[in-house]
Amino acid sequence: MAKPEYLHFFIDPNRCIGCQSCVQACTECDTHRGESMIHLEYVNRQESVQTVPVVCMHCDQPTCAEVCPADAIKRTGDGVVQSARKPRCIACGNCVVACPFGVPELYEDRKIMMKCDMCYDRSSVGKKPMCATVCPSQALFFGTLEQITQLRPLSAPVNTFQFGDQTITTRVYVMVPRQIATRAPLLDVVSAMDEQPRSRAVTLRVVADSDPFAGVEV
Amino acid sequence: MANVPVDPLRIIARFGPHLSSMTGVRLSTSVEPERLVKTHCCFCGQQCGIQLKVRDNEVIGFEPWEDFPFNRGMLCPKGVKRYLQGSHPDRLTTALRRDSSAEAGFSPIPYDQAIARVAGEIGRLQAAHGPGAVGVLGGASLTTEKTYLLGKFARVCLKTPFIDYNGRLCMVSAGAANKKAFGIDRTTNPWSDMVGTDVIWIAGSNVAECSPITTNYIWQARELGAKIIIQDPRITPAARTCDLYLPVKPGRDAALFAGVLQIMIERDWLDHAFIAEHTSGFEQVAEYCRQWTLARTADVTGVPARAIAQAAEWWGTARTSFLFHARGIEHHSNGVQNSLGTINLVLASGRIGKPKSGYGTIVGQANGQGGREHGQKCDQLPGWREIANPEHRRYIAGVWGIDERELPGPGVDAYEMFRKIDAGEIKGLISICFNPKVSLPDNSFVTRCLEKLEFYTAIDFFLNDTAWHADIVLPGSLHEEDEGTVTQVEGRIIKINKAVECPGEAREDWRIIQDIAKALGRPAGFTFADPREIFEELRVASKGGVADYSGVTYEKITRQMGVFWPCYSDDPRTGAAIDDHPGTPRLFEPGSYNPVARGNGPFYFPDGRARFNVAEYRPPVDDASDEYPIYLTTGRVVSQFLSGTQTRRIGPLVRQYAEPRIEMHPRLAAKLGIADGDWTTAETRRGTITLRAQVVTTIRPDTIFIPYHWAGPKSANQLTVAAQDPISKIPQYKVCGCRVRKAEAPPDYAAVLEPQQ
Repeated sequence: MAKPEYLHFFIDPNRCIGCQSCVQACTECDTHRGESMIHLEYVNRQESVQTVPVVCMHCDQPTCAEVCPADAIKRTGDGVVQSARKPRCIACGNCVVACPFGVPELYEDRKIMMKCDMCYDRSSVGKKPMCATVCPSQALFFGTLEQITQLRPLSAPVNTFQFGDQTITTRVYVMVPRQIATRAPLLDVVSAMDEQPRSRAVTLRVVADSDPFAGVEV
Repeated sequence: MANVPVDPLRIIARFGPHLSSMTGVRLSTSVEPERLVKTHCCFCGQQCGIQLKVRDNEVIGFEPWEDFPFNRGMLCPKGVKRYLQGSHPDRLTTALRRDSSAEAGFSPIPYDQAIARVAGEIGRLQAAHGPGAVGVLGGASLTTEKTYLLGKFARVCLKTPFIDYNGRLCMVSAGAANKKAFGIDRTTNPWSDMVGTDVIWIAGSNVAECSPITTNYIWQARELGAKIIIQDPRITPAARTCDLYLPVKPGRDAALFAGVLQIMIERDWLDHAFIAEHTSGFEQVAEYCRQWTLARTADVTGVPARAIAQAAEWWGTARTSFLFHARGIEHHSNGVQNSLGTINLVLASGRIGKPKSGYGTIVGQANGQGGREHGQKCDQLPGWREIANPEHRRYIAGVWGIDERELPGPGVDAYEMFRKIDAGEIKGLISICFNPKVSLPDNSFVTRCLEKLEFYTAIDFFLNDTAWHADIVLPGSLHEEDEGTVTQVEGRIIKINKAVECPGEAREDWRIIQDIAKALGRPAGFTFADPREIFEELRVASKGGVADYSGVTYEKITRQMGVFWPCYSDDPRTGAAIDDHPGTPRLFEPGSYNPVARGNGPFYFPDGRARFNVAEYRPPVDDASDEYPIYLTTGRVVSQFLSGTQTRRIGPLVRQYAEPRIEMHPRLAAKLGIADGDWTTAETRRGTITLRAQVVTTIRPDTIFIPYHWAGPKSANQLTVAAQDPISKIPQYKVCGCRVRKAEAPPDYAAVLEPQQ
């Protein structure tokens, strides 16, 4: 069985509330029970509650597979990049270092790399992955392009990412504000790396609340 | 005497909280469940649908329930891991008696002996001191059937007026305000109605952490154009990206609402036709608001004037809107006034009773709605009837088959019950689903009261912190070990289904209550064979009340995936019997009929009109002062629930946020010489606490925040003030004056307690 072509994974970090439901649910998935394959971190907790959930982006040309000396990482025909195959993986960690999104993890105790496989046991039979099913903010969404277009008029899906000279296209989409997506249909990740989150992501001209506590005396 | 029998460390060593984890069949990927049981989460008032995987009388995992319309498979981390509360090493599987000679302070005792002892002690105390010498404390995480039975048990079996519940710490400000303004206490619309609205105002609700599933509704509303306004002293996860953030100073909410309404009046952003046709009392409210000029409102509330003006403009000029509030404005000695302030904004706008316009309170506990309707509240009888109302008393006495004169009168609120224990008036206590030693404010007072009890019995599935004081502990049932109904945040009655049997000598709570009645020799009215029988009586008892469940059946709930009350067995217009009333998803619709107004209008008063109430601002009790200059506020984190009796025992949830911290702004931290992670002491007039600091820019610099889920030396309620709202009696958890300093040394507990203990 393969993941149906018309179903896609969308990430909208703007919606994320950092609740870790995805992380907890990931550990319940039958392909990697007890371990979460999701990274959910504060960008900078001191300055902001902003969190970013990271699942495997399932690259069209996966860097992890390209650098694997044991040819242990396979991308199935439906575009899902699978965890390392146990008989082949030599636990060298090349993939961990090479992945531009920082997704694969090396499990030293088991001598294997494991990563998000889009809950292949679920998605390959037409079900949603665990994380996107439970996500209370639907920052993680699994469905068709038609659904996301209809449900999210303020944002647009982008699946092209620029890392210096390397351009990567992925099966997983990131939702970005529609205006930005219209101007630049790719995300330049490296140039955005120094940006720091603000405590408030929305600044109104009339209120100027980038620091809403500016007037509070201590 | 009800002192803790042995060193608490010995109790903790035996009874926990210890952590459960995924092991055995719960970790195996080859074990298939025997069946999936459709039920709901045991935690908050959202009551998300979930399917429990069951095998060999054990819940081994979960599967999302994507067909249930409210959450469509979505769950927060508590819901995902809720199944790990079962098969737990701390689970009570026998009755216990206090035994200071036992290593852990308690010894197992046969269930029947325990019941006999409880009945004997109750009988002795009541014979010597009268029926009111024994009190009952219930809870809003119980099914509605259990809350109904508990209210009946207190009044009919024990004949005591003293019963109250932990909803007193949760829903009563909203409930009192709703009754005063609308004549009915329920959120007005299903959540799906908010998608497509113009403005959503969220007052004092950390939606992302306390009602996570609501987040998707709010974000979806925004996708379709809604502006989101959030009023909170902290930049909560939802406040980070909301359209307008109102950084209100703790305890100033009523002033903010009055100031906003004043702007609406000045700019004539009012629905005059609605106010004239469907309300009364607007003039007095307008008169009160006149003093709340923009400058004064900004000064008192700490919200910049331009933000107040912007909120008023968005709210005032919207075509459709929702306003939600929660404990942030309700947990105050001015909690009812704060809630009424929001209702005034809604009524002035005329935007209620319509598909895209409504108002609601986001309930906190599983059965926060149903648990406050059917008689475990001190002044209440089933169906939201009043125990002081002669007509209501006669009806319920008739249902219960007793003489109305035998029915006790109103009791007192849960905190006042402790004052009565302190005064020696209440000498015996039965508690279920309530952990006041952690959850009540100024809890060293609560501990002193527990020590004064002559006899105390607690019903619970784990040995909660309060139960350390018990003479007898009776092993009750987990959520998944019983069936019944609860009413969730939208007013939708849903069905909890049994997945597994109680282990060992543990049994369903309703059986335990009936066993006590039988042992007391007063079994009449307590011979129900199952929850369905209790529900059938509840239907009759609620009939004709405002919270009318008479047309609800277990089958209808299952068929419709929930029934919104009121749901009638007799047509309220004609009195003719009907069996197909679908329930009432939306209240106050134009032209709607209700049995109170009888066609005079959509609201539940004889004239059919909603009431404006003057919502007066009063400064908090024990406000910040020169001596205690910083505001302390308390609340939840997403991975824990209430006093933590369940969630502090679930390993993955504890690891998510292991121990409470003192959240403070870097400017305050710099002034005090405190760095992130430093041991820090907060002190109020009641007590002190030492926790690690978490230094973040997402909180008002004049305010600290401590989550309240932990016990003993980590309990935030050592600090909070027992000031209560004069109407609702809710405690003022959300503000008091405190002072903060860097701790001289790590606290003693750090070396001996695990994070969750």
